[in-house]
Amino acid sequence: MASQTDSTVVRPPEPAAARDGGRGAGRGGPARRPVPRRRSHNWRRNRKEYLLFLVLVAPNLAIIGTFDYWPVIYNAWLSLTRWNMISGVPRFVGLQNYENLLTSPGFHEVLLNTLVFTAAIVIGSAVIGLALAVLFNQKLRGRGIVRTAAFAPHIVSGAAVATLWLFMFDPAYGLTRVVFDPFGMESPRWVNDADWAMVALIIAYLWKGIGFIAIVYLAGLQNLPEELYEAARLDGAGSWTIFRRITLPLLSPVTFFVMVVSIIGTFQAYDMIAVLTGGGPGSATTTLSWFIYQQGFQASDAGNAAAGAMLLFVILLVVTGLQTKFVQRKVHYR
Amino acid sequence: MSVDRQASPERRQGTSTSVQRVLLYAGLVAVGLLFIGPLYWLFSSALKEPGDIYQYPPRWLPGWHVENFAEAWRAAPFGDFFLNSLIVTAGGAAIKLVNATLTAYAFVFLRFPFKNLIFLVMLGALMVPNNVTLIVNYITVSNLGWVNTYTGLILPSAGSVFGMFLLRQYMMTLPGDVIEAARVDGAGHLRIMWQVVLPMCRPMLVTVGIIAVVDMWNDFIWPLIVTNTVEMRTLPIGLLYLRTTEGYANWGAIMAGTVMVGLPMLVLFLFAQRQIARGLTGGAVKG
Repeated sequence: MASQTDSTVVRPPEPAAARDGGRGAGRGGPARRPVPRRRSHNWRRNRKEYLLFLVLVAPNLAIIGTFDYWPVIYNAWLSLTRWNMISGVPRFVGLQNYENLLTSPGFHEVLLNTLVFTAAIVIGSAVIGLALAVLFNQKLRGRGIVRTAAFAPHIVSGAAVATLWLFMFDPAYGLTRVVFDPFGMESPRWVNDADWAMVALIIAYLWKGIGFIAIVYLAGLQNLPEELYEAARLDGAGSWTIFRRITLPLLSPVTFFVMVVSIIGTFQAYDMIAVLTGGGPGSATTTLSWFIYQQGFQASDAGNAAAGAMLLFVILLVVTGLQTKFVQRKVHYR
Repeated sequence: MSVDRQASPERRQGTSTSVQRVLLYAGLVAVGLLFIGPLYWLFSSALKEPGDIYQYPPRWLPGWHVENFAEAWRAAPFGDFFLNSLIVTAGGAAIKLVNATLTAYAFVFLRFPFKNLIFLVMLGALMVPNNVTLIVNYITVSNLGWVNTYTGLILPSAGSVFGMFLLRQYMMTLPGDVIEAARVDGAGHLRIMWQVVLPMCRPMLVTVGIIAVVDMWNDFIWPLIVTNTVEMRTLPIGLLYLRTTEGYANWGAIMAGTVMVGLPMLVLFLFAQRQIARGLTGGAVKG
């Protein structure tokens, strides 16, 4: 039961995983080949082995081809068409969907919502996650239990976490009223108030995800070179200076990893948005990914949905590309 | 819970004064309350009498009002939800694990022209966010006539890229001489995989399997769009359904429903925290 992440190593991964809810892929490391082999592609001689390879790989490859790669291609085409997804066929309209989206004030609001939501989660995760990790890194009794409790919501269904928070946000009987009442203030109406709905969404989302980020940071902290700290202490550096000048810079690859994971995570937050706000009130919490769902499955507008999806895809590619580049440069510094 | 048995190298705390320690403990308690509080609230509310729920200041001690669970079960077909979630989770995770294992084995131990290129192509699928696949996969599944079926629920996420990657990395570190010895003894590939490689891969197989279970159980957006009758919904969608049928009226029943959705994964988490942490941090965290 113990979360012995104590002797852990975090290496910021290479291409961050987009599909699996933001799990990164660890850097391969030099492979020790189990069996030395010659490189000979002689079909006749190796027929049996080649055939076995195909049999083993084909099912997985077929699924991935059909449900991961084909969608990208067909989605790109759909984004250039107009179609109601029910009858008829997609009709080519060129870049009109993109033009409509990028010039519509409604879509600007969606982009702004996405930016606010993502920025709050990314910054909140990094700052609070690191603070929690520093706390968990102290020799304190009971820290293991708190760490476990903080990590737990991360693996619970977002729908369940959001439903719990929906109750907590109830202005009359919810737990959050306890925070406002002592100050003689009335609890906001949270998810029913356009000014507070996004705040509510961010709080619930951070509560769910922050424990995982803390674990990642904790592993990073415990992997820092001890000698540097000894040297800094001998030079008379205070703990704040050490944190700012040594810990933070050394952790920057971890921070970048955390940021990419958080960005990808916010794009998958369908369950929390669906339960807490449904994108509302109005469109106060409609993010880009919720917009795609709405356009595709509520408004039956395949073209708009596909165009929105392509924009999101490009944003993610840029982000992961930046991460790969940044982390590689960082590695050279060390 | 047996925590902190392995003393980690503790750093930067040799100089902490007693004031600092008090502050640190205060922080730890605050964080603990922040996370345990809502979880306690969830479980206690699921067992509270309606009168104790609609009440301010809140009553902290729950009763034993299991009637909430029956109420939730009456308001929505939770039996169906459970069954669907079990089938989708077990089926999906099993196929995923098999796919991950077979593919990883092939990439590590078999020769094939351009196999590294094929591997990179598969890995590239990690870059495709599900936002982009949503619409087209719905169209594909509906063309195949799989809307509102278990096949439609399971198959699109039954491929494994990330798990395959983790297993491949793990298999590449296995001692080559053991496998070579089995080969010299005349064992074929399937036997080597089953009797030599897989037993040695057990820790990583467990990790990949558990992550697949958590993913399938919690999946929301795909089951939401690919099913269209209440009887085919999985638990997370069922919870949304319960809330909309009950309105905001019966928080006790809704919290009971929430417990039914969340508790199985919480229990799994308590038993497999380390494997989950390892899987989620991409095998980069060596537990």
